[in-house]
Amino acid sequence: MSVYYTKEHEWIRVDGDIATVGITDFAQGQLGDVVFVEVPDAGRHLARGGEAAVVESVKAASDVYAPVGGEVIEGNQALVDDPALVNSDPEGEGWFFKIRLADTHEINDLMNAEQYKAFCDQQ
Amino acid sequence: MTMNREGRPTRPETAGAVTGTTWTGNRALMLDEPLLFEIGDTQTTGVDFDPAGPGRESRLGGLERRRPIGLAGLSEPETVRHYTRLSRQNYAIDLGLFPLGSCTMKHNPRLCEKVARLPGFADLHPLQPVDTVQGALAVISDLGAWLVRLTGMHSVAMSPKAGAHGELCGLLAIRSALEARGDMREVILVPESAHGTNPATAAFAGYRVENIPANAAGRVDLDALKSRLGPDVAGVMITNPNTCGLFEPDMIAISAAVHAAGGLVYCDGANFNAIVGRVRPGDLGIDAMHINLHKTFSTPHGGGGPGAGPVVFSEALTPFAPLPFVERIQADEGERYVLVEEENADEHHSRSFGRMTAFHGQMGMFTRALAYILSHGADGLRQVAEDAVLNANYVLRSLEDVLEAPFGASGPCMHEALFSDKGFAEGLTTLDVAKGLIDEGYHPMTMYFPLVVHGAMLVEPTETESKAALDQFIGALRNVAERAKAGDPSLKAAPIHAPRRRLDETLAARKPVLVYREPDPAQAAE
Repeated sequence: MSVYYTKEHEWIRVDGDIATVGITDFAQGQLGDVVFVEVPDAGRHLARGGEAAVVESVKAASDVYAPVGGEVIEGNQALVDDPALVNSDPEGEGWFFKIRLADTHEINDLMNAEQYKAFCDQQ
Repeated sequence: MTMNREGRPTRPETAGAVTGTTWTGNRALMLDEPLLFEIGDTQTTGVDFDPAGPGRESRLGGLERRRPIGLAGLSEPETVRHYTRLSRQNYAIDLGLFPLGSCTMKHNPRLCEKVARLPGFADLHPLQPVDTVQGALAVISDLGAWLVRLTGMHSVAMSPKAGAHGELCGLLAIRSALEARGDMREVILVPESAHGTNPATAAFAGYRVENIPANAAGRVDLDALKSRLGPDVAGVMITNPNTCGLFEPDMIAISAAVHAAGGLVYCDGANFNAIVGRVRPGDLGIDAMHINLHKTFSTPHGGGGPGAGPVVFSEALTPFAPLPFVERIQADEGERYVLVEEENADEHHSRSFGRMTAFHGQMGMFTRALAYILSHGADGLRQVAEDAVLNANYVLRSLEDVLEAPFGASGPCMHEALFSDKGFAEGLTTLDVAKGLIDEGYHPMTMYFPLVVHGAMLVEPTETESKAALDQFIGALRNVAERAKAGDPSLKAAPIHAPRRRLDETLAARKPVLVYREPDPAQAAE
């Protein structure tokens, strides 16, 4: 199981052809207190880089993009009921959705933890 | 903790330096205003109607309300006093400088108010016979002619009722024009420096939105834009001057590239105030642009009145513009004005995409805007733009030694000055500076927008502020910014002098305390 990162500050944990997606600790820190989350319904097909979910904080509303294309298996309903999970545990309980990868090669274009850390340091 | 009569906590113990409490919780003229549901309740009513007697039949066709809606019943004086008391705790352009970036909160001249209140304008009904409203139609026609002349465009649709409504109007016209040539394009490009409403409008008009990054100078990345253009791109929405307070000097090249790729150009005219009388958007290759009368032409907004967002069109888009139009015609008995609607849309408007509103638009704003234009004249409007830009640059250069101006090196700004939170002490943020400004007696600037700047603070002073007023504001913002840089912990508690202390925005959004209650079923059954 490996974790990858995007320039839009999503993380994606890949297990075979199933992946879990959320936003990074850096992203939640930039957003501030999250007050509303919208996650995709199961069965929805997402294009790579397309809008997948919505996250709204006291400062801003942002889209969460799909790091890879595929079919949504599950949206995290716990997050809808308690958006604070994005702040308290962004890379654990605060996951947004699970997706079945259409093309596992797409993860090759993503950053690993080390590359992502270097990317954030430049921000 | 101070509780009001209903047991709702009001002012925290730490509020202000005031010691001692009053029986009411009021502090002289500073009243502790209860909520509507605490003033009245659902058992009382402010108006008495005779109960419907026997033999009276409802003519609502079964659509009448069957259950109480559970609103508090208040008398007229209770209602008037409630809102008047609340208004005394509010900030308004009539109280002081209102530096909200992108909003153009300029003074609303009283001359325009006087004109709008003339009974011949104020007491009209939109369904009156056209013969009885010739003066009002002349106002719409004259104002439209001014907007067309000032923008160098071909025609104008007066009916859109606000900025975003105007954006939608423009995009629907673009969509109609493309569909008329059988071209079903799907994507609208929106630069990062565009207004926040632009992507929402494009999505609402049925388009997929794609962002175009800003370059290091805070402007549209022309190469990125060009490389994305193609047969699927319906057009671009560009804000010019943009939300970084900068003019887009590549606008003609952008328009040419978009047109060459078969797309159309929408310009968000929210910041037209900075260039009115100086630049004609029609010369920049723009196909549609809305004009916020409540910004550039100073009709009241922000609680003082509705907006108005007429849209000017290029020749290519004119046939698709929405109805109705006012047209001046020469008749035997002299000049008169007619309304062009569905029944009589001539060849100019036969391909109209329909209507945005039931009637002609915001008449009360039209009278004010025309009065504003006529009282300034062409030379006066040009000076409006020049003074607005001068004032914004004065703010920018007076504060850039204490606040980081990310695009300060890009040259003069236009109508607004943009700062970032760089250099603030650990733990202190743009939000704290905004709250500190409230204590200093100002409405805060626009904050955290545009998104391309970290902790953005966007200040638009407008042309109606004197140098003395600007100096006082600059002094206040400088003081608060210095506290943020020095790490003054008391700034975290601001505002301490406002009627309410800092509200917990997170808790308010996550766990709002709703006072409204559904009427209980027993009562509903009565």
